[in-house]
Amino acid sequence: MKIKTEAGERHVLAVTVDNEAGILAKITGLFSARGYNIESLTVADISADHALSRITIVTSGPPAVIDQIIAQLDRLVPVHSVTDLADGGAHVEREIALVKVAGTGDKRIEALRMADVFRAKVVDTTLTSFIFEITGTSDKVDRFIALMRECGLVEVGRTGVVAIARGSEAL
Amino acid sequence: MTEMSGADMVVQALVDLGVDTVFGYPGGAVLPIYDALFKHPTIKHILVRHEQAATHAAEGYARSTGKPGVVLVTSGPGATNAVTGITDALLDSIPMVVLTGQVPTTLIGTDAFQECDTVGITRHCTKHNYLVMDPDRLGPILHEAFYIATHGRPGPVVIDIPKNVQVATGTYSIPNRIDHKSYRPQVDPDADAITQAAAMIAAAERPIFYTGGGVINAGPDASAALRQLVALTGAPVTSTLMGLGAFPADDDKWLGMLGMHGTYESNMAMNRADLIIAVGARFDDRVTGRLDAFSPESKKIHIDIDRSSINKIVPVDLAIVGDAGRALDALIAAWGDKGYKARDLGEWWRRIDGWRATRCLDFPEKKEDGAEIMPQRAVKALFDATRGRDPIITTEVGQHQMWAAQHFHFDSPNRWLTSGGLGTMGYGFPAAVGAQIAHPDRLVICVAGEASLQMNIQEMGTVSQYRLPVKIFILNNQWMGMVRQWQELTYESRYSNSYSDSLPDFVKLADAYGWTGIRIDNLGELADGIQRMIDTPGPVIVDCRVAQLANCFPMIPSGAAHTDMILQPNDITGTMDDEAKALV
Repeated sequence: MKIKTEAGERHVLAVTVDNEAGILAKITGLFSARGYNIESLTVADISADHALSRITIVTSGPPAVIDQIIAQLDRLVPVHSVTDLADGGAHVEREIALVKVAGTGDKRIEALRMADVFRAKVVDTTLTSFIFEITGTSDKVDRFIALMRECGLVEVGRTGVVAIARGSEAL
Repeated sequence: MTEMSGADMVVQALVDLGVDTVFGYPGGAVLPIYDALFKHPTIKHILVRHEQAATHAAEGYARSTGKPGVVLVTSGPGATNAVTGITDALLDSIPMVVLTGQVPTTLIGTDAFQECDTVGITRHCTKHNYLVMDPDRLGPILHEAFYIATHGRPGPVVIDIPKNVQVATGTYSIPNRIDHKSYRPQVDPDADAITQAAAMIAAAERPIFYTGGGVINAGPDASAALRQLVALTGAPVTSTLMGLGAFPADDDKWLGMLGMHGTYESNMAMNRADLIIAVGARFDDRVTGRLDAFSPESKKIHIDIDRSSINKIVPVDLAIVGDAGRALDALIAAWGDKGYKARDLGEWWRRIDGWRATRCLDFPEKKEDGAEIMPQRAVKALFDATRGRDPIITTEVGQHQMWAAQHFHFDSPNRWLTSGGLGTMGYGFPAAVGAQIAHPDRLVICVAGEASLQMNIQEMGTVSQYRLPVKIFILNNQWMGMVRQWQELTYESRYSNSYSDSLPDFVKLADAYGWTGIRIDNLGELADGIQRMIDTPGPVIVDCRVAQLANCFPMIPSGAAHTDMILQPNDITGTMDDEAKALV
C-alpha cells in the first residue's frame, strides 16, 4: 500500500495573537499535529503596548484544507483574527535575505554586478567577501540566491515572508 | 480586593465559582493548596488512587451534572498521569479545569525534582492552558479558565501553578465580567441560515436528524427542543454514541445509534436520505464509514458550535455555527413563523420499517437456565431490571461499550457516560465514581469489560473510602473482545495478545475492599444476580461470565460503506486488503 498526498496551492495567512509565552508553540504545534505544511513563518510584536503579535504563515494545501487551517487557528483561545491574504484580493509580500558570498577576482566582481541588477545592497565587505541584503518576493530572493551559488555563496539567512493587504483598510 | 496567599486565592476562587467538589491527589508541589483546602470545608475533596482516575471522575461529574469537573494534582507525574483524562475531555468536549502544581518559578527549567513542562505537554490536549507566574493573576486566570472551559465548545483547561506562587501573597481580584479579549464563541445562529434550514427541512422527502454530544452539552433544554422539532417535522432521529439520551429511545421516531456498530436502519436511512440535519455531531470516522460512499444523495445541514467541525470531514450544503439548543429553538420558531406543516413522510417511513424488519440487534442464544449468557442478553436484563430507577450508566471501552450502547436505552440526557472520541479503557469506573459523588442517591452502574476495568481498578479504594454505592457490572468474556473481533475480521484470527490471562477473582477482590462481590455464571442466575446487585446498599462488583467468543454486530467493517453492514457473525470473511487494514 502507498500513502497518497494531495497537492495544494500556496496561501499566505496573517494571524494576530496575544503576545504571550507559548503562543508560537501552540500555532506551530497545531500545524504539525494536524499535518499541515508550513513553508515559512514570521512573528513579531506589532502593537504599541506589546499586547499583540502578528504571525505571517505561508502554507499550502487544497482549498478544504486551507479552510480547516483557518478554522482551527481561529478557535485557539489566544488568536484574535486569521486572514487569508489571497482571499482579500491583492496583497504585498516581502522577504529579506542576507547572503554571504566569498571569493576574489572575477567571481567577486560578477557577484557585485549581479547584486546591482537585483538591487541588493552591500551591507558588509572584507577583501574576500560580501554580505548582500536583498528584499523582495520569495521568488526574487530565490533567483538571486541561485545566481550567487555560482559566485561563491557560503551562507544565507532569510526572514520568511511578511505580507499585508493593499489598500487603505486594516485587518 | 484582599491580600492573601496564592493557595488561599485558588481555594477562594473555587468557592466563588461555586465549586463543591474537587477530585485530586496531593504531592509536594501542591501542598500549599491542600493546606488551604483543609481550611475550607465547603469544598469536598475526593482523594482518588491515581491521577488519571481524578480526571475521569471529574468527567463523570461534569457529564452527569452539566457543571465543570475540577481536578487538583501535583507537578511532574501528577500532571503526566492526568494527560489521558485531559485528552479524553478534549475529544468528548467535557468542561473541566485541572489545577497542577509546578516547581517554584526559580527552579523551572532546571530539571528539578518532579518537574515536567506541564503547559508544553498539555498545550495540544487542552482547550487552553496557563502557567501562572504572579499570584495577582490567580484570581482573574481561575475565573477566565472556568469561562473558557464552559463556554463555546466545552473542554479541559489546565492551570499550572508554581509552588512559590502558591506561597507568595498578593491581591485576590475577581473580574467584573469575563469578556475575553479574543475568545468569543458564536452561540447565536445566523437567522438567514435558520430560515434556509427550516425551508430545506420542510421540503425534504427523506430527512433524518443526526444528533451528537453537542445536544447533550447544550443542556436539557436542547434535548427538549430536539424532541419538539422532531415532533413538528415527523423526521426520524439517529444519534452518535455521545448523543445517546438526547432523544428518547422508546419514541417511534428513534432509529438507534448510527455508525460502525449502529443499527442497520439508521445507517441505511443515512445512506438513502435526501436531507441530513446534523446537530452537535462531527462526522467522526466511526460514524461515516467509507467517506466517498457516505450519504451520497443527501443535502446536509450542519449545526455546530465549533466552526472547525464544519466541512472538516464531510462538505455540507448549509453551515450553522451556534449553540445546538439555540439553533433548535430558532428552527422551531422559524417552522412556526413560516407555517410549515410536516410533510407526508409515509413512503420514507415505509422504507425505514423495511430496514427495521431485519431486526439487526437480534442475536442467537440458548434459552435454558444452564446456558451461557450472551453479553447482549446481560445488558438487556440489566436494562429491564433498572428501568424506572433512572440509572446513570458509564462504560469502559470495547465490545461491552457497544453492546451497552445498542441494548441499554435512554430517555433523558446526562445518563450515559462513555469515552467516545479517545476511546479510553479505564474511563468508566472512575467516571462512575464522579457521577455517584454528584448524585449520591442515584443508581450508578459501570458496565465494564474485565480488561478495561483493570486499567483503573485501584479506584475500588476510593469507593470504599467515601462509601459510594457504585455498581460495577463486568461482562467477563476473558478476552479483549474488540481486539479479538478485529483480529478475526482482519488477521485471520491470529489472536496476538488479546486473551485476558491471570484475571483476579473479582468476588474475592470485592471482599478485599469491603465491597459485595457477585458472580453470575449462567442464564438461570442472571436476573437474580442483577436484582441482588441493585438491592445491595453499598458498592457491588458483579462478575458476569458471558459467552467468550460472542462478537458485536451489526458492524460496518473498517473502510466499508453504510450499506455494507455485517449483520451476523456468518457474514465475516476473514481477510482484508491493506487499505482497509490501515484504517483505525
